[in-house]
Amino acid sequence: MTLAELAQALSLTVQAAEDKLQTEVTGGYASDLLSCVMAKAQQGNVWVTLQSHLNIVAVAALLQLAGIIVTEGRVPDAATLAKAGEEGVPILTTPKTTFAIVAQLARAGIEGAEKE
Amino acid sequence: MIPPLIVKRALELALGIIAITDHNSAENVAAVIEAAQGFELTVLPGMEVQTREEAHLLCLFESVEQVLDWQAYIYAHLPPLKNDDRLFGAQFVVDASGEFVRHNDRLLLTSTSLSVEQVACEIEQRGGLCIAAHVDRPSFSLLANLGLVPEGVPFAAMEITRHTAWDVLLQQHPSLSGYSFIRSGDAHRLDEMTDSTIFSLHEPTLAEIAMALRRSNGRRVKVVGNGQHT
Repeated sequence: MTLAELAQALSLTVQAAEDKLQTEVTGGYASDLLSCVMAKAQQGNVWVTLQSHLNIVAVAALLQLAGIIVTEGRVPDAATLAKAGEEGVPILTTPKTTFAIVAQLARAGIEGAEKE
Repeated sequence: MIPPLIVKRALELALGIIAITDHNSAENVAAVIEAAQGFELTVLPGMEVQTREEAHLLCLFESVEQVLDWQAYIYAHLPPLKNDDRLFGAQFVVDASGEFVRHNDRLLLTSTSLSVEQVACEIEQRGGLCIAAHVDRPSFSLLANLGLVPEGVPFAAMEITRHTAWDVLLQQHPSLSGYSFIRSGDAHRLDEMTDSTIFSLHEPTLAEIAMALRRSNGRRVKVVGNGQHT
């Protein structure tokens, strides 16, 4: 599935990099600790987190993730969204919890992918 | 923020003591100490460590030798990744006049594999002081990441930012009680150096600061601002 299709299916709000939603999502990773994401998440994964600060963009760009779903109604500030736009990192938001979103992603066929 | 400008700004602000607490590294500490030679300013060697829970802890030592020994320990507990200058910012090592010496290639903007308890206990064993950094911040702090200050950990003090009144924070977080507070700038730029803490000491040393934080032997510590006094 592409990120655009997931955004529609899960009713996510696109906040940045609307032009980069055609990426085919390769899997998913959920963590609020950026160092864990750096160690485990893989290229093309969708990252689910409630962290909304500027550093999430650098991590997602570094790993070439498909995008970030920020949960629990949090919305990154303008500076973070601007950086996401510059780096081409889609940020989508939802009022749902991380657990609820991961459950929906799994039902949509997105699997957790861990580095060997 | 090159060494001579840090010293100049500290003197302008009438600061008597500053600590250099770079993120997971101490390679620029000696340069600032050298730049402060001959001025009435004490520069303490330090570091801000990011634990595996992504909490920030300030580490203060007495000597450059101690902080570099600590740095070796921290480097051994960082993932073996290289920095990406474009995404995370360039990491420079400079000399006392601010001239470029080399890049620090190691990725510093990440967590060590050490827990909060491990960091605090190791610092105590080495004779340093461990202060929980900016506990009132919504990220990278004990309160944000752990929800409380864990019991039985040898913290010397809690650091708060200017955005919070000490007494309000204490009401919301009873696990803060019993600790002394300090307020500092966590300055990443020269114009962020204005937050300070008042210490009553016999001389500007780490040992004296330790006494003030324990409120022993007549040494004292006081945080002012927001109309609040500790």
